[in-house]
Amino acid sequence: MIDLEEVTKVYRTGSLSVAALRGITLRVDEGEYVAVMGPSGSGKSTLMHIVGCLDVPTSGRYRLAGADVGGMAVRQLAEVRSRQIGFVFQQFNLLPTMTALRNVELPLVYAGVDRADRRRRALRALGRVGLGDRVQHRPGELSGGQQQRVAIARALVTDPALILADEPTGALDSQSSAEVIALLNELHQAGRTLVLITHDPDVAGVAQRSVRLRDGLLVAEEALV
Amino acid sequence: MSWFETLRTGLESVRTHRLRSSLTVLGIMIGIAAVILTVGLGQGAQNQVSSEITALGTNLLTISPGSSTSSAGIRQGLGSATTLSQADAAALASKVVAPDIKAVAPVISSGASLTDTANSNTWTTTVNGSTPAWATVRGRSVTQGRFIDRQDVTDHTAVAVLGSDTAAELFGPLDPVGQTVQVNGVPLSVIGVLNTVGSSSSSSSTGSDQDDQVVVPITTATERLFGTSSLSSILVQATSSGTLSAAYQEADTELLAMHQITSPTQADFTITSESSLVSTATSVDRTLTVLLGGIAGISLLVGGIGVMNIMLVSVTERIREIGLRKALGATPSLIRRQFLVEASVLGLAGGALGAVLAVVGSVVLPHATGYPVSLSGVAAGGALAIALTIGLVFGVYPASRAAHLPPIDALRSE
Repeated sequence: MIDLEEVTKVYRTGSLSVAALRGITLRVDEGEYVAVMGPSGSGKSTLMHIVGCLDVPTSGRYRLAGADVGGMAVRQLAEVRSRQIGFVFQQFNLLPTMTALRNVELPLVYAGVDRADRRRRALRALGRVGLGDRVQHRPGELSGGQQQRVAIARALVTDPALILADEPTGALDSQSSAEVIALLNELHQAGRTLVLITHDPDVAGVAQRSVRLRDGLLVAEEALV
Repeated sequence: MSWFETLRTGLESVRTHRLRSSLTVLGIMIGIAAVILTVGLGQGAQNQVSSEITALGTNLLTISPGSSTSSAGIRQGLGSATTLSQADAAALASKVVAPDIKAVAPVISSGASLTDTANSNTWTTTVNGSTPAWATVRGRSVTQGRFIDRQDVTDHTAVAVLGSDTAAELFGPLDPVGQTVQVNGVPLSVIGVLNTVGSSSSSSSTGSDQDDQVVVPITTATERLFGTSSLSSILVQATSSGTLSAAYQEADTELLAMHQITSPTQADFTITSESSLVSTATSVDRTLTVLLGGIAGISLLVGGIGVMNIMLVSVTERIREIGLRKALGATPSLIRRQFLVEASVLGLAGGALGAVLAVVGSVVLPHATGYPVSLSGVAAGGALAIALTIGLVFGVYPASRAAHLPPIDALRSE
């Protein structure tokens, strides 16, 4: 599913250049559940942005489901994000002015799904994360755990093969965290490829495999199950 | 994503940022209303001036002597020559010679001092010697007594018709009819008073006060008062406004023939029409309208830059939203479209409300200021088009800036 080969990423701000990734080689097979760990500043967020096609590598090669992402135009990258990837962010990133339903519908809007179909699929996704009775609530009217569940519903509504979660429990209390972890586990059981970024070993413990980053390099890889 | 979806997304965003949206709309609204009203005021002033000039006498041509070239080759100015005679006037009055001329009034004018014989009040004004046709051509009537008639002209009667201001100056509250005034030492009995036309409106455009003058039979003027028979002017009324230029040609041709002049450039008379006065006044008003419209246009431009500013601020404060939308699969062109839709919705709403405000203003302003406002559909339609253009043009830059933000930079910003 994911095939990174000697991927580097250098950020330039003025004359200063910072190497966030210094040659990462990583394969994730279809249906795998991988946790990416590491302290802050280790480059794990950059890795996720590249894997999520939000950014392109400075050098090296990245193939997603067999297609080389490095040579893609901006439009094609948007297309890949729309069809193959679902994102879950630490800060939820819901649009505060829209209802939970509209938030979940948003990826389908950009994927060109018609209105009736969109509504049906968004309602089903919200039902699946246990928020079938909260569809008309705005994010401000929901708890942190509920907001993250809305975000998960939004990530899975397009039925993507790959779900990327960046510190999904970072802003939640332990009970909400447990719910979110359970939900991600369910998605994995249903056959989706999951990449989870976290610095919490307990959260990483649910994955099949964990990789550890330090200073932009892969330092350890261990199978957990 | 369809245009309908884009429109829906744009409207949603306009609605959720109520304060910002309404301030933008307010700015455009005032600019558009100002443009429409300024143009309307200019148009209103133009209409007013033309109707005032029409009131001076309809379809009127004025023939003045002058522009003659003496035998020594010296060209003389307007009014200096003594080339117009009563025979000229009589010839123009012929239906055979000039079928498009309805009435002709020869006029001898001169300033003169009037004395009220009873009280010895004196007053200096213009004395016009003319015929009964003067009242028709000038569009005047008498409010007291009668106007001079054919018999007065034939008999050289010593009578005078006074303008209303002249009568008031000489006789105050007394009934002027039946009184006697002395003009250049000749006693004339007052037989009538002209209607009042309102001196302020007419004096501004003609240079003479239409309510302060005296009319006497032309024969009385030539033989008893002034001792000259050459005319100051001949007033010619065309049968309708459509035949004014035909009447002009007929008068021109006939007078050239009467004066035995072969080259029109050597003509010893000048024909002017009231319509040339109208066009002069209209062009002055048009200049004014363009000037005011320019000022209003600049304020509209400033309003447009305001819209751009607001859209740019909106881009900056919505970087996260833009980044998220891109992460969820929005292409740059969709983001651009969304911002363009937002900007043009704001522009159009401002334009429509501005048009409504202008209509309200066009009803209220004439009551408040006394100036007429005539709204035109073209101005309103144009203003709406301008508003939409402002929205689009000033939305383009912020929209393309928003579209090209990298999604991660956008998502990272807190």
